[in-house]
Amino acid sequence: MQAEASGVLTGTHYLDGDHAFAEGALAAGCRFFACYPITPSTEIAERTARRFPPMGGVFIQMEDEMAAMAAVLGAVWGGAKAMTCTSGPGFSLMMENLGLGIMMETPCVLVNVQRAGPSTGLPTMVGQADVMQARWGSHGDYEIIALAPNSPQECFDLAIEAFNLSERYRVPTLVMMDECVGHMTEKVVIPEPEEIEVRPREFTTKKPGDYLPYATNGNLVPEMVAAGQGHRIHSTGLTHDERGYPDMTVAAQDVLVRRLMNKITTNSADIIRVESDSLEGADVVVVSYGITSRVARAAILKAREEGHAVGELRLVTIWPFAENLIRELAGKVRGFVVPEINLGQIALEVERCAAGRARTICVPHAGGSVHDPERIYEAIVEVMS
Amino acid sequence: MIVKETGDAASESVFNREDMLRSDRLPHIWCPECGIGTALSCFTSALGRSNYDLDKVAVVSGIGCSGRVAGYVKLDSFHTTHGRAIPFATGLRLANPELKVVVFSGDGDLISIGGNHFIHAARRNLDLTVICVNNFNYAMTGGQVGPTTPVGAVCSTTPFGNSELPFNLPGLAASSGAVYVARWTTLHVRRLITAMEEAMAKRGFSFVEVISPCPTLYTRRNKLGTGLDRMRDYRDSSDIRHGAAPDSVAIEFGGRITLGKFVDVEKPTFQDRLDDAMRASLGDKYRKNDRPPAVQASRRAIREP
Repeated sequence: MQAEASGVLTGTHYLDGDHAFAEGALAAGCRFFACYPITPSTEIAERTARRFPPMGGVFIQMEDEMAAMAAVLGAVWGGAKAMTCTSGPGFSLMMENLGLGIMMETPCVLVNVQRAGPSTGLPTMVGQADVMQARWGSHGDYEIIALAPNSPQECFDLAIEAFNLSERYRVPTLVMMDECVGHMTEKVVIPEPEEIEVRPREFTTKKPGDYLPYATNGNLVPEMVAAGQGHRIHSTGLTHDERGYPDMTVAAQDVLVRRLMNKITTNSADIIRVESDSLEGADVVVVSYGITSRVARAAILKAREEGHAVGELRLVTIWPFAENLIRELAGKVRGFVVPEINLGQIALEVERCAAGRARTICVPHAGGSVHDPERIYEAIVEVMS
Repeated sequence: MIVKETGDAASESVFNREDMLRSDRLPHIWCPECGIGTALSCFTSALGRSNYDLDKVAVVSGIGCSGRVAGYVKLDSFHTTHGRAIPFATGLRLANPELKVVVFSGDGDLISIGGNHFIHAARRNLDLTVICVNNFNYAMTGGQVGPTTPVGAVCSTTPFGNSELPFNLPGLAASSGAVYVARWTTLHVRRLITAMEEAMAKRGFSFVEVISPCPTLYTRRNKLGTGLDRMRDYRDSSDIRHGAAPDSVAIEFGGRITLGKFVDVEKPTFQDRLDDAMRASLGDKYRKNDRPPAVQASRRAIREP
């Protein structure tokens, strides 16, 4: 389905990542936005607040992040496409209702424009240390989708992708931006509405009475309804059966949690996107994401000039993790270099998948700025030595 | 459905509302003599009398004994996280203006962990009806002290008696901006039905407090007798004072309970004020959200075979 024209600001713009993301969300059909202000994500909310009134969207600044995330879930069950944005401290508060969104299988988008933590940390300065929180932050077993744009253009593009993925798999989709990408201003090209592919919600065509809210008929993703359509559904954060009714049994837990995970893991090839360069014949591969992928480029170019065979792998999708690709590469390369603005998070995943067949060197950074590319270059040389 | 003023409160004409209950989920989890079932019956009776299109009524609950109400009503119903029923309902109502949204939950859920949402929803005058069953303790988890537990009452975490001052819920709701505030007990079923009916008919944030026994925990621990003894006490120790100042109706341990309708006023809702402000700034450019596009799309899909 093509994008609804009222939300698409076709043209060439000069936007920062936050503003570009807001435009992407509007193009994707987002018409409900609840948030609580927090730097460096606020600009997403501010732009939406200005853009919504002429297009019939609902903007509400809630009393806290728990409320913002809850309101988003409610709006989705009301039939809207909905999102919220936040940064580290607010992300922590949203973990509660992120879990509810996963359990109720509520498609929505949550953006974390990452700053350095822990706690209040460095409120206006960059970090990438919430990527494991994105994977594991809410309690219980689950799988999640998380994307990491590295430019304002990609903020626009991945906003649409995030909404489409959330609708396809009925799971909250996280966009793990970082402060640098959120506040970086570049050219952003917004296409014509008919060039934008928007995935509509898969509402059931079954009549009330024939419809079971969590029956999947072999497909791992159930069809959805909105409140007010006559199906009179029940949805709960409790472990539930196909009717959506609480079922406090080991068997129901096993069926439900496995399906919630399998709907992502068995479709990971469809979900995962990476960008790569010169992986063929590479001796070392630099694995990075977000702003760090752009910093790493300087180190990669320098190493190549000196004759090293350096491959480049950028994770556009952080979760589910591109483990098959890393496993495959591990049999071919000497090692991986993983720069990230934390003290080693995705590096652990790379190391797990490399399983001792290739070295993994993390290039850590505690946050507050991007890496000095020289540190990444040194790690490349270390692998080669 | 009309309820005869002189009729037996428990007559089938009032309570036989199986069309609104998920009878396939019976038996329910509530204890014998608990008042939540009575509150739920009053709610279905109020709905029946109100003649709403039941396809357009949604119930949102949080966590706790009263939070289980959402699971028993045969309506679009959502059993959410602890304390977050009101913000969930906020999103539901704003995204789909066709819905009548009722939040049904308990005192711990709505007033303690959800207290911030409660006062802000009232401040905004969101078009929601909040029904709070107040049983004076956290019953689901074994009877711990809560935000409405009277001073001196014994709970599992106040074995020597509660020393904290409780919230007076009508006072809290009224001072936060609610346009309708009433309090009844589970003995006063006809009045409670009327209050729920009036609350749902109200535009804006309406609030009904339902005083209920918790025979397994609060009532037993405080030697207040059986559930039936509580009914006698609600009859003998309550005063109906409509229009009483909401800040004057605090409940004390062993004291008399003031019941009635305390607030019933008209005020522009969140949506009214938003529409006015947007039209003042944007004129004809403002497009009010009258129905989410996704729902319209789905309607088309449902019509197609």
